Amino acid sequence: MQAALFYGLSIVAIMCACGVVVSRNPIHSVLFLILTFFSISGHYILMNAQFIALVNIIVYAGAIMVLFLFVVMLLNLNKESEPHKSDLVKIIAATSAGLFSLVLVGVLKGATLPAYEGMMDSENGLVKNLGRVLFQEFLLPFELSSILFLSAMVGAVLLGKKNVQA
Amino acid sequence: MGGFLLSKTILIVIIFVITLVIAMYSTILERKFAAWLQDRIGPNRTGPGGILQPLADGVKMFMKEEIIPANAHKFLFIMGPMLAMTTALMASVVIPWGKSLKIGDFVMDLQVADLNIGILYVFGVVSIGVYGIMIGGWASNNKFSLLGALRASSQMISYELAMSLSLVAVIMSTGTLSMGEIAAQQSGWHWNVFTQPLSFIIFIICAFAETNRTPFDLPECETELIGGYHTEYSSMGLGFYLFAEYINMFISSAVMATIFFGGYNMPFLDQLGLAPNVEALIGTAFFFGKIAFFILFFMWVRWTIPRFRYDQLMNLGWKVMIPLALVNILITGSVLILRDHFNF
Repeated sequence: MQAALFYGLSIVAIMCACGVVVSRNPIHSVLFLILTFFSISGHYILMNAQFIALVNIIVYAGAIMVLFLFVVMLLNLNKESEPHKSDLVKIIAATSAGLFSLVLVGVLKGATLPAYEGMMDSENGLVKNLGRVLFQEFLLPFELSSILFLSAMVGAVLLGKKNVQA
Repeated sequence: MGGFLLSKTILIVIIFVITLVIAMYSTILERKFAAWLQDRIGPNRTGPGGILQPLADGVKMFMKEEIIPANAHKFLFIMGPMLAMTTALMASVVIPWGKSLKIGDFVMDLQVADLNIGILYVFGVVSIGVYGIMIGGWASNNKFSLLGALRASSQMISYELAMSLSLVAVIMSTGTLSMGEIAAQQSGWHWNVFTQPLSFIIFIICAFAETNRTPFDLPECETELIGGYHTEYSSMGLGFYLFAEYINMFISSAVMATIFFGGYNMPFLDQLGLAPNVEALIGTAFFFGKIAFFILFFMWVRWTIPRFRYDQLMNLGWKVMIPLALVNILITGSVLILRDHFNF
């Protein structure tokens, strides 16, 4: 049952991820990306990490992707107005992506990954345990990353403001 | 396992039917209520007192011609209303409709799934609810639809923040994310609205914005945008969008009743000495009474307060609601620390 779910979700995730890259219409790409996030959330639920699964949906699928869609719709990008890259750029991009995937395969082949079955009953992803770990073991990195976000927000507001006096 | 599946299936079907019937009859209630507020009679031709009007409307919606504009994106144009309807129906899973019923040895929970992250699940469903409107508005290939969809998405994202922040205070004071546990904690008069009044006010205002109800129904502002995101929709596509709004209203009323108004808890009910099953059913009935109150409140506001201007809406969301919610979190946190410190 769990293996079947795992393979089903993985196939959906990979297909949608390919759809993001392949589709010509940017709106379709964004919608495929949303489906990818949903299938990844399914994987989190399989690993009993309900909190992370839902936060993934709320933050990525629900907020960030809405903004992506928003911008794409506002700019009204479509295949007619999309500038086509030259062949040289395409060849370079394909070569570097291929080399990168080669490196990834090489790294993953040698690595010993923990068994997937073992993770299914783990309690690490539950709110209680996750909160304990975040606020005891990793308190400083957690707070620092929130300050990082705050500074990014302040920076964005500052850049978006008109007539800033230097 | 068999009994579990059977009881959950029955429960899901019952909730599904109740949701649809309530949404259906909310439409006639809304029209009757508007008529009453404006000193009119309202629809009264179909059946005794107009009671069959929703059925007549439904038949009309089904029978009308389905028009898909020539330049619309066909697949997404059909997907839009489907998504709006699906996401509207999804949130009812985590709402505790009553205490458990005991039939012989079998205990039947009146909640489909008591997730330990129930509140987050509601947020998740709310946050993907905007896609139905956005996709439908974009796929229509009409500038008014697109503007309506963009307004809807920015409005919903802005108010979602304040909504989540307002509930953080409740989560802090109750110490749980599970809807079932939040409802169970509020037995008798221990309703969260008394401990978190500010949080409730922020939440209900954001609920108006999230369900696109007046005074925040700018995505479908007729004077500026014709029909907003559903301008190009006809027949049941339009029907689904309108229907999803009523379902959303019902579900957000249920969420408010659960989180702030004690859910299925009725004061003094446990002192009557009734059988547990009867007590559970009366509690459920009382819960639906609370939901009906909130639905009426939604309608009352719609026919009382005029629509906001768009910049007013955004200012209210970002400059009033979010700071208020943050202050509320601060106050709740300090009270909790002081309570721990002085043991009162």
